[in-house]
Parts: sequence; C-alpha cells; structure tokens
Amino acid sequence: MSKEQIKNLETQFEARIARDEKIEPKDWMPEKYRKTHIRQMSQHAHSEIVGMLPESNWITRAPSLRRKVALLAKVQDEAGHGLYLYSATETLGISREELYNQLHTGAAKYSSIFNYPTVTWADMGAIGWLVDGAAIINQVPLCSTSYGPYARAMVRVCKEESFHQRQGYEIMMKLANGTMEQKDLAQDALNRWWWPSLMMLGPTDAESIHTEQSMKWKLKRKSNDDLRQQFIDQTVPQAELIGLTIPDPDLKWNDERGSYDYGKINWEEFWQVVKGHGPCNKERMRARVGAWEEGEWVRDAAMAYAEKKQERKEKQVV
Amino acid sequence: MSKKNWPIWEIFVRSKNGLEHRHFGSLHAADAEMALENARDVYTRRNEGVSIWVIESKHITASNPDNNGELFEPAQDKVYRHPTFYDLPDEVKHM
Repeated sequence: MSKEQIKNLETQFEARIARDEKIEPKDWMPEKYRKTHIRQMSQHAHSEIVGMLPESNWITRAPSLRRKVALLAKVQDEAGHGLYLYSATETLGISREELYNQLHTGAAKYSSIFNYPTVTWADMGAIGWLVDGAAIINQVPLCSTSYGPYARAMVRVCKEESFHQRQGYEIMMKLANGTMEQKDLAQDALNRWWWPSLMMLGPTDAESIHTEQSMKWKLKRKSNDDLRQQFIDQTVPQAELIGLTIPDPDLKWNDERGSYDYGKINWEEFWQVVKGHGPCNKERMRARVGAWEEGEWVRDAAMAYAEKKQERKEKQVV
Repeated sequence: MSKKNWPIWEIFVRSKNGLEHRHFGSLHAADAEMALENARDVYTRRNEGVSIWVIESKHITASNPDNNGELFEPAQDKVYRHPTFYDLPDEVKHM
C-alpha cells in the first residue's frame, strides 16, 4: 500500500470512531491503534492476574466463613476478568504465550498498586473499597471504548466489580465500628492505601504521555486528574460516614469548585514503584512466574491426554 | 517451555431457554471437555447460562470485512424486500 492510500484509510478509520462506530478484530486498523490496544489491554489483563496475589494472601485467614466465601469469589472474578481481557487482546493478533512472556520478563507492566503488601485483614477492606473503587472509575468509561472486544469485556467486568467494592467497604465499616483495636486496624489500612489509590489513576495530566491519542480512540474519556478528583469527591464522604480519617492534612472542601482540594501526591514514590522498586515487585513476579512454571507439567499432561483421546477416537472411526 | 500450547476455543452461551446461543468470548483449553468446564467457570459464574457450546476457533470460517462491498452491498438496492416499498390505500390500517 502506498503512503497516500494508508493516509486515506487512516482518515476513514478516525472518522468511523468519531461517529461512534465500533472497530472489530478483522477490520483494517492503523498499526499504532493495534499496538496501543495490545499494550493497554494486556496491561489491564496482567493487573487482574497479579491483583489476585495480594488478596489470596488472606483467603485462608479470613475471620469468618462469610468473609472467606466473598473474598474467594472476588479473587475468582479477578481471574475471570484477566481471562476476558487476555482473550480480547488475542483478537489483535498476539498469542497468549507472547502476552504471558511479556509479563514474566517484565516487558509489560501491571498496575503498581499490587506491589504494596497486605499486612493485616483490614487491607482486604481497603483494597475492595479504595483500589476497586478507583478501578471502577477507570473502567466504566471503557465500556464504550472504540474497540469492540475490549468494550464487551469491560461491560462484563464492570457488572461484576461493584460487589468487590461493597464487600470491601463492609469490611471497613465493621472494623471501624468495632473495638478500638479494630478501628485502629481500619484507620491504618486507610492510611497506607489512600495515596497509592490516588496514584493508581495515573500520572498528572501534564506528565501523561498517552492522553491525547487515547482520548481520540475513546480509550480514555476523562483525564487522569479529572478521574482522581471524581474518586476523591466520592470517597471522602464514605470515610466520614464510618468515622475514618483520610490521611491528608490539606484535604478541604472547596465551595467554589464544588470539589475537595487535596495535598501533594508523592510522584517520586509512584515512579519508583513503576520502575520495579516497590515493596513487593520482586515477590509478585516470583509468585506469578513460579505458578506458571510449576503448572507446566499439568498443562503438558492435559494436552498429552487430549491428544491420546483424539487418536483413540480416530482409530475407532477407521 | 511447554511442549505444546492449549488451543483457543470460542464460547457460546444460551442465557435462558427461548434465546439463541450467543458468542461470549474465548478461552484456552486442552480439549472440548475442558473448554466446557472452563467456560462454566469463566463465563457463567452468576447464572448467565443454561447451555454452553464450545468450538475450536480454527474451525470457524469468517468473512473478510475488506470484501463487505461485494458481500453485502447487493442487498442495499433491493428495497422491494421491505414492506414499506408497497403502496396501500390509507383505509387499510394494518397489513
């Protein structure tokens, strides 16, 4: 194809998206669209998969059967979300093997929030309430993104996600209304997870390199700072309601803006974690790669069994 | 390194009797039986289905959107296939 022809196709392509038409796997698309989607969608899938690790840490130690079944169901949902997203990503012509390989070698990123440790039961509450809360804010606009398979996967993810946040908030509420020691646990978890949750919504608009193009392709509908503001405005009253304090001395209602003003985010910490120097980066990768490698004989055995069954069936036919 | 990767399967789910099976997504599995079991866990955790079909993706033949012109445009000028093409007196209210 000549340069001019490609340019022409690109113009038509952008016009389709502007008209709110969906792009489907076999449609022509610019190489950059394909690459950007592979990057974002796989990063999203990896985050769901790695996101199981901090929570699975507490499944066996959940304080009651009710909490245990809920946490188990939540972690299973995350596995499911990872799988929806991986298969949606594969429609762009990249194999599952390659996607896993990118995660396991560190070539692909996952959400930095999962590089923080879960040291008490209250962290299960804080993760559900704050981390899933921030994730929902990020994800809801993606239900109408331009790439069909991604949008469809996100509709399913968003439907399932709201129980995650509610179960987390319920854990926090119970602790906050409990003994002094329990309340302290809840407050301590909020103190540790608040700032990383704000960072989860991405670098400030000034530093966000992908925003403009992503807006055009409807991979993004609001800027990171707008999403962050939305998250803060919705979460602060929820904290007040259960008697917990947001760990930000500069947090103040701004009547004029109709929003909360908030303190400075430590972006230095954010970039350190992104670059692999967070408290649990190595541990998460070790667990993930370990699970994959230790499962290899099971995958091979299943495949060998399937082939043997198939052969036997073919022989019978003859 | 694994000897062989599990193939990819397309999953179709009937959400309730009376409705058709609809494409829900795909997944990897060693064989059809495992694809069914995995589909149950991946796509019907909340009673989304009463019946599942699985088919290995390589068995699906798909039309190419580049040929949409030849394939679908011939139907565009056949307005006489639609009821509104035909003139009826106003007195005939429903037909």
